[in-house]
Amino acid sequence: MEFERDLHLDATELRLGLPGTATKQSSEKQKPNSNLAKSNKRSLPDMNEESAGSSRENSRTVSSNDKKSHDQETAPPIKAQVVGWPPIRSYRKNCLQAKKLEAEAAGLYVKVSMDGAPYLRKIDLKVYKGYPELLKALEEMFKFKAGKYSEREGYNGSKHVPTYEDKDGDWMLVGDVPWDMFISSCKRLRIMKESEARGLGCAV
Amino acid sequence: MNYFPDEVLEHIFDFVTSQRDRNSVSQVCKPWYKIESSSRQKVFVGNCYAISPERVIERFPGLKSITLKGKPHFADFNLVPPDWGGFVYPWIEAFARNNMGLEELKLKRMIISDECLELISRSFANFKSLVLVSCEGFSTDGLAAIASNCSFLRELDLQENDVEDHRGHWLSCFPDTCTSLVSLNFACLKGDVNLAALERLVARSPNLRSLRLNHAVPLDILQKILMRAPHLVDLGVGSYVHDPDSETYNKLVTALQKCKSVRSLSGFLEAAPQCLSAFHLICPNLTSLNLSYAPGIHGTELRKLIRHCRKLQRLWILDCIGDEGLEVVASSCKDLQEIRVFPSDPFVGNAAVTEVGLVALSSGCPKLHSILYFCQQMTNAALITVAKNRPNFTRFRLCILDPTKPDAVTNQPLDEGFGAIVHSCKGLRRLSMSGRLTDRVFLYIGMYAEQLEMISIAFAGDTDEGMQYLLNGCKKLRKLEIRDCPLAMQRF
Repeated sequence: MEFERDLHLDATELRLGLPGTATKQSSEKQKPNSNLAKSNKRSLPDMNEESAGSSRENSRTVSSNDKKSHDQETAPPIKAQVVGWPPIRSYRKNCLQAKKLEAEAAGLYVKVSMDGAPYLRKIDLKVYKGYPELLKALEEMFKFKAGKYSEREGYNGSKHVPTYEDKDGDWMLVGDVPWDMFISSCKRLRIMKESEARGLGCAV
Repeated sequence: MNYFPDEVLEHIFDFVTSQRDRNSVSQVCKPWYKIESSSRQKVFVGNCYAISPERVIERFPGLKSITLKGKPHFADFNLVPPDWGGFVYPWIEAFARNNMGLEELKLKRMIISDECLELISRSFANFKSLVLVSCEGFSTDGLAAIASNCSFLRELDLQENDVEDHRGHWLSCFPDTCTSLVSLNFACLKGDVNLAALERLVARSPNLRSLRLNHAVPLDILQKILMRAPHLVDLGVGSYVHDPDSETYNKLVTALQKCKSVRSLSGFLEAAPQCLSAFHLICPNLTSLNLSYAPGIHGTELRKLIRHCRKLQRLWILDCIGDEGLEVVASSCKDLQEIRVFPSDPFVGNAAVTEVGLVALSSGCPKLHSILYFCQQMTNAALITVAKNRPNFTRFRLCILDPTKPDAVTNQPLDEGFGAIVHSCKGLRRLSMSGRLTDRVFLYIGMYAEQLEMISIAFAGDTDEGMQYLLNGCKKLRKLEIRDCPLAMQRF
């Protein structure tokens, strides 16, 4: 609103920063903590103007919190992250972020050997969402077919059987336990020839 | 009453414990003011800049316990500049200089330095309790000072603080003569702790009732600790990753069988979900469960655990419990009074719960009166149903991850839904809203929310009329938090 700018309401506004600490724009830049993405660029024109206009007006909060102006952009595909939203404690946010990064970075690399192959391979178990994906990847990597899995009979109709060594050092058949349990206990994989796999419940 | 000698009045006032009541008592007349002020031991200061330490000391010379709050609530969400303030040092320095017999200190959102902790540990001979919530500015060196010098320490409770971890042996600083610990919570510490020192400390603390461990305490140590502290009432498990067949697990089961007093469980900071059955032993007696820092616990294992918690009154959980999991809560936890559902992945913005979970809770839990709910979406119909089911809400805080999202079905603002909540819940004291909201919702709030004391609004309203409705209507309003609301503030 024009007349508001003339009244220099900014100078009288209640805020937390020291007097003379700049406008909303630079006070945003001062904040080291706002590591959130703010896309000022591509926004829907009508939404942006509306919110930009109103955000100039509402820079005060009664409980004397410095309001950060932002883009009220919620239209897909760009989801601008708003400062301080969702309202969860920084401690909690940092914990979750740390855990997420840890999980993503860690990876779960295990050795895979195939009877008869000249060298071993390594795969990241975290990349796969379940057994079908894992088996498909193994089949492609080592050029074999695993056959059909059933709890009673193991892998049916194949010359090769996927097995793994668990935390106790035992060799187990891939597919018996829930995926999450498998991920946390699998130390290495071995693709056995069916002749060696007798006793692991495979129908020959 | 003026004919009673002072000692009698003082004795009577001893029975008046709440700060509000004591404030009222002190306003009756001058003699009462004098007696109440000189005998008050517990003081609460909601804003550390509202009064000077000198003034507090002058008025309450018998002060033994003080609670101080620093930064405003919005500081939690990075909405307050980092150099805002909230330093406790001037207070401690003033108390020390005036030889106050400080015994208990509770701080929330304040900045406390290692020097300050050292000063506390050396200045108050009877210091018993330190509770720090969402504070910062200190390191494990400061904790070492407290441990070393506070001979009668009963309580060291660190909740969600940002602590610089120097990996010092602060736990080893508790002298062998320190046997008074009742409560120890270091779950928020990021670094390693001296596990042998921890075990010894627990072994020589017969009064220990509350123990919350950090992620660096593995399962085998937990099992040993539980064997030494079977009388624990509140337990925070640190790390819970292990093999279900191992001997350690079996020992844990044995130890848990002896822990018949545990009523509150939290932690599982690193957890593999498949071996929670050991805890099914203590679930039936639990009144409080906090799994909000345990993203590793979800799915069927989580639901199995919840089904055993028939006496639960308070539940803090992550949204990966899903609507399905909340339905299990609704059918199993009939004594539930408070629930908080936190987002497990706030950055992606996909919460795993919706209005379905909220409705299930409102219908299944007759005693539910306090809720904090982070969700993907909400509808007016759901809120109206919730309002009908559960008129006993005193605290209702709803946070839709997309802050201006309208009704997920009708695309209307959520005015009618929140209107129904304030209309039906006559005892509502605290309200937080989100989603697409117009002035209309403030009209409803002004009209119906007579008991409202605190309200948090974000991205809501259209004009200053909304604010007028609110301020004219809610006579009991004490705390108002607004951000990003298109309301012209000229009226202020």
